[in-house]
Amino acid sequence: MNKNMKILIVDDFSTMRRIVKNLLKDLGYTNTHEADDGTTALPMLQSGDYEFVITDWNMPGMTGISLLKAIRSDPQLTQLPVLMVTAESKRDQIIEAAQAGVNGYVVKPFTAATLQEKIVKIFDRVAA
Amino acid sequence: MSDDERLALARQLVACLEDGREADAQQIVNVLTRSRESELFREVGRLTRELHDAIEGFLLDGRVAELARDEIPDARKRLNHVVDMTQESADKTLGAIEESLSLSRELGARAERVRHCCDGLDPLSASPGEVARLVAELESMTALAGDSARRLHTRLTEALMAQEFQDLSGQIIQKVIKLVQDVENKLVRLVSISGQKVVDGVPGTGAWSGPAVPGIDSGDRLADQDDVDDLLSSMGF
Repeated sequence: MNKNMKILIVDDFSTMRRIVKNLLKDLGYTNTHEADDGTTALPMLQSGDYEFVITDWNMPGMTGISLLKAIRSDPQLTQLPVLMVTAESKRDQIIEAAQAGVNGYVVKPFTAATLQEKIVKIFDRVAA
Repeated sequence: MSDDERLALARQLVACLEDGREADAQQIVNVLTRSRESELFREVGRLTRELHDAIEGFLLDGRVAELARDEIPDARKRLNHVVDMTQESADKTLGAIEESLSLSRELGARAERVRHCCDGLDPLSASPGEVARLVAELESMTALAGDSARRLHTRLTEALMAQEFQDLSGQIIQKVIKLVQDVENKLVRLVSISGQKVVDGVPGTGAWSGPAVPGIDSGDRLADQDDVDDLLSSMGF
């Protein structure tokens, strides 16, 4: 797995972005960028060569699920792996995210080990 | 109208009908109807007055005005303050942690360099150059370790102090809980004035449910990451 891959972290709370960023740094991924909602994230993804997206669900402006759907419907981005990290833990929501093409779903509060495990799993599957 | 009066009127009515005195019979029916109607109006009047008094009482209850005018806007400000405090504390703590992590990485790397210098170094046959290099590395490392220990101490103390928000925000939130209880009691009274019963209904469901709260959220919520993983794997993930 390329440790230098460009990752976008999307969350409206700067604290959460910092936590995820630090966890990723600890896991060896230092090429991280941040956006505070889907509206900011989408143009960044469209104009940058991002290889991975970690997004929250509940954000003002454009939500994580809308961002995921926008990514899947954009021919340039449709293959981009998306990991959802969110406090939303309703069965219907998880099913909705899965049907929209999410690559992984982590519920908050989460541990560094869970995040690592999901990232590795996603890239194993992408490589396979 | 008393029962006797009503009975007398009824007898008169029967007599009039038997004698074929239609006009008189109609008049008696009218008298009976009016008496019935006036009772009904009296009852409606009484209920209206009671309702009016109850609403007046509710409106004159100074507590309600106080709640609406001062305490709810006040609670909003207090809760916003809690949000600010938690944000500030998280920023301070994260700042301290980020610097501490970088110090620990630096120390680890430096220790690795010293270990590298010692590798395969025989103290009895080491050349003066090798010894000098090791001493220089050790001096530099102990200086860094001392400096890092001081910085770590300062930063960890900052992180420690940043936790005081918990006490303050806990107190503020407890006050707001008390206010919510007050408002709840007033609402129950308002509902009872309107004559309805307070029944435990289905809570409203928003589009987003937000973080799960133990003891409140259940139903279609999944308990933890394992449940989420099970659900996803059942969907072929």
